[in-house]
Amino acid sequence: MDMKRDYYEDIQLCKTSTALVLTIGLFCCLVIIPFVLGDYNLYLLNLIAIHSIVAIGLNILVGYTGQISLGHAGFFAIGAYTGVLLMVKGGIPFPLALILAGFVSSGFGFLLGLPALRLEGPYLAIATLGFGMAVTQIISHLDFAGGHMGLQAPKMSIGPFVADTGVEQYAVIMSVTAIMTVAAINLMKTRVGRALVAIRDSEIAAEAMGVNVLKYKTLAFAISAFYTGVGGALMAFALAHISAGSFNLILSITFLAMIIVGGLGSIMGSILGAALLTYLQIKLQVVQEAPIIGPFLLDVSKRFFTAEGLPNIQSILIGGIMIAIVIFEPLGMRGIYLRFKRYWKMWPF
Amino acid sequence: MNFFFDLMIGGLAIGACYALIALAMVIIYKTSEVPNFAQGEMAMLATFVAYTIMANYGVGFWTGVIVTLIFAFCLGVVLELCFLRPAENPGVLGSIVITLGAEMILYGLAGWTWGANQNPFPVPFSEYSGITIGGVIITEINLWTMVVSLLVMLILFLFFRFTKLGTAMKAVQQNSFAAKAMGIPTRRILTFTWGLSSSTGAIAGMLIAPIATLDPNMMLDPMLKGFAGGVLGGLTSLPGAAAGAYLLGIIENLFGGYVSLEFKSVVAFAVIVLILCLKPSGLFVKHYERKV
Repeated sequence: MDMKRDYYEDIQLCKTSTALVLTIGLFCCLVIIPFVLGDYNLYLLNLIAIHSIVAIGLNILVGYTGQISLGHAGFFAIGAYTGVLLMVKGGIPFPLALILAGFVSSGFGFLLGLPALRLEGPYLAIATLGFGMAVTQIISHLDFAGGHMGLQAPKMSIGPFVADTGVEQYAVIMSVTAIMTVAAINLMKTRVGRALVAIRDSEIAAEAMGVNVLKYKTLAFAISAFYTGVGGALMAFALAHISAGSFNLILSITFLAMIIVGGLGSIMGSILGAALLTYLQIKLQVVQEAPIIGPFLLDVSKRFFTAEGLPNIQSILIGGIMIAIVIFEPLGMRGIYLRFKRYWKMWPF
Repeated sequence: MNFFFDLMIGGLAIGACYALIALAMVIIYKTSEVPNFAQGEMAMLATFVAYTIMANYGVGFWTGVIVTLIFAFCLGVVLELCFLRPAENPGVLGSIVITLGAEMILYGLAGWTWGANQNPFPVPFSEYSGITIGGVIITEINLWTMVVSLLVMLILFLFFRFTKLGTAMKAVQQNSFAAKAMGIPTRRILTFTWGLSSSTGAIAGMLIAPIATLDPNMMLDPMLKGFAGGVLGGLTSLPGAAAGAYLLGIIENLFGGYVSLEFKSVVAFAVIVLILCLKPSGLFVKHYERKV
């Protein structure tokens, strides 16, 4: 189906004219949306965009390189705190602080990548998980990071332009997301991306073919951490307040759930998964306000459970989705899309 | 010097809890290569059940414990049947994701049912008085924790050594294909393994609950420490994992006493990352290089 006849066709950004039209259409949609939707929906879109960046970063590590990480909440926290602290204490302008947040985070990613070279499977999972927990613990005890109280984030500003309203925040966050998505798509078509995929498929075979495993594995950790760090910094500015307690294990699991649901080894899958899970999370927090199902669930909770514990239903649902995806559709939403595409390709035959 | 022994006793007591969790995880890992991240939440749910039947239905402590163990066994069996058995060849990442999903479900279920309140877990042992040996006080609760943990280990040892079922489980752990050829029902053994492991974890939960407070977040940290302890000793050896967990408990407590109480829970992870760099399969296990 996806026949490539020469190298240029393989590295093209939009492979067919349909894809080109769709991409342009999507771009136009993203430009028009802020003039149509209200502030609340824009806020939701901002969260989706930020989570997409993180999911892409995590997918580069888990989906493309085949390493396991349960510690991405740690990188997220590092990015958020670095971004805010650089702007508040260092007086560095926003764009520079954003990039530096990514680089500081990727430095930590590099450091975590070093022990990860010798680990695999559950051992790597527990090491990264430990890293994530340790980062949160350390940050909550640092005085200059606000301790348990957290930090107040300043407004995003580029030169004289200050992102005050929802629309302006949307513009900043969405353009960063677009740049990073295109960068990731392109990166996966270069020598680096191919080396990462080779390591995933067989580490020893990749090494035999001349891929420097040490270099590319640590690089994968660094790139992944860079994306997550930038996402964290954006999140800090979007929420205007950060505290160490929110970067917990559940957040790391949610990030992992995003790419599992979306599809491993796929940029589009990361975005789809991030969109679905973020939407569910936000909506399920106020599930009692939903029509029909809300009062019913509230009634059930009052009778058998506790009413104030109702928002916990989101972890039940996310957990259920994770398990269902692994059992029924290991390729995630991307797998569903591929099956759909294959079916219609030959239609009506 | 008394301070040192105090810390050692505390470390041994918490290490005993970690060791039980490590054992519970290793039993499953050895049989099916699944790192069970839901272990802590399974134990937490069982402890909540124990609390509810003791506090609301006036069941006696020991009866409550037995009922809880049976409940935990059923919980483990149900989880295996519903979540792990339907997945065909999930691979390492797939099985991690399944157990993480189970963790989220159980965590949400507990939060939904019991709320985020912190409940006191009643035990018939004192937290303050106890026996004194050479100026060092061993509180009743610490003593009980250590005794119970050693007892459970002894029972597990006897079970694996002398019963037919235990031998069958060991056979499945060593070579499940050959075990199947010898007529051992490997899938049923696997389900039973989950039940056994869940009960072991529930004991750990009921030992930790009186020291900490009972809420849905209770087992998050101990589970990670137990797993870390297991990784420290080696996930493929039961005595190794238990020893690693004890070691981790002692190191953590000594660090908390002498260096810094604030960063006490960080040191455990620093230790395992260091150890894993030097001996990737754990301290007490021989390392096997993976074949192409």
